[in-house]
Amino acid sequence: MSLIYNWMYYIASGGLILIGLYIVLVKTNLIKIVIGLDFIDTGVNILLICIGYIRGKTAPIFSKPEITSTNVVDPVPQALVLTAIVIGVAILALALSIGIKVYQHNQTLNVNKIKGLKW
Amino acid sequence: MRKIISIIILVIIGVGFIFAFSQIPFGKDKINVANYYIEKGIKQTGAVNIVTSVVLNYRGIDTLGEITVLFIAAIGLGAVLFVERKIQKNIADNKKDKTKRASLILRTGSRLLFPLILLFGSYIFVHGHLTPGGGFQGGAVVASGFLLMYLAFPKQSINKKSSSVAESLSGLIFVGIGLLGLVFSGYFLTNFLPKGVPNTIFSAGIIPVIYIAIGFKVGFELTGIIDDLLERSK
Repeated sequence: MSLIYNWMYYIASGGLILIGLYIVLVKTNLIKIVIGLDFIDTGVNILLICIGYIRGKTAPIFSKPEITSTNVVDPVPQALVLTAIVIGVAILALALSIGIKVYQHNQTLNVNKIKGLKW
Repeated sequence: MRKIISIIILVIIGVGFIFAFSQIPFGKDKINVANYYIEKGIKQTGAVNIVTSVVLNYRGIDTLGEITVLFIAAIGLGAVLFVERKIQKNIADNKKDKTKRASLILRTGSRLLFPLILLFGSYIFVHGHLTPGGGFQGGAVVASGFLLMYLAFPKQSINKKSSSVAESLSGLIFVGIGLLGLVFSGYFLTNFLPKGVPNTIFSAGIIPVIYIAIGFKVGFELTGIIDDLLERSK
């Protein structure tokens, strides 16, 4: 139990990253590959957030008088992840639009059947 | 064969992951930079939300770069999907009579919800320095409202010209405030406005102004992305 209690967030984020990598490596549909990349993105974001977490402390927003500088978590990874999420959305949209173009050009989304990808 | 090889690779990566992260204890202590931000953040920036003050004040240039990445992605998406739009339009005109109308529930509900969603989004980005949230989140909420309208009324679309004017204007406001900081205090993106009393809406100097600009920019940019993608699939 203590193993899960201590490492739950690392296990979850690592699991998401590994699932995403598995999708990218094994699946042949281009849309599924893009979804796998998004899984990796989410896993990395959760990993960064939970590195900055400190047990029993609250968000770094001093909206109440009882929140002082001793009982808040690390704000730097949260700011970093805020950046990473937006860029992840942009990359996802760009990848999907390229996917649309690939489908129009080849009439298929199966990576094995697109001859231009083989070398 | 491919599955077996990739599972072996994943096991290797997973073991490396476990070795690396067993050295980092979970939920223990924060780094020195964070202590500096937490202790001096309110006094230096006036914003009670430390994440906001890190994003917009201590690392404002970083956020400017992030906006630029989003902008370039939107431009790239437009460029990739732009070709043959005219032909597509003709096909769309021919199909116009056949396109399905959205259901009555969706049309009525979206009419009711759209102004409330816009209000909520603007609440989030106006209160970015006081509550969890900010320009990016508020902009995403605004764009989700526009997405609802696109689903309910597929034939209509936003006015491209005015949305791009609003988008570039808000980007210019961001850069202009940065340059004003250069004029008044000698550094790009300095917090030159009065800090005010913390925990009130008119506080934190330039942070709310920049976050409102970011909210407009992100909202219209994501709406433009939705518009491009939907126009393609018609």
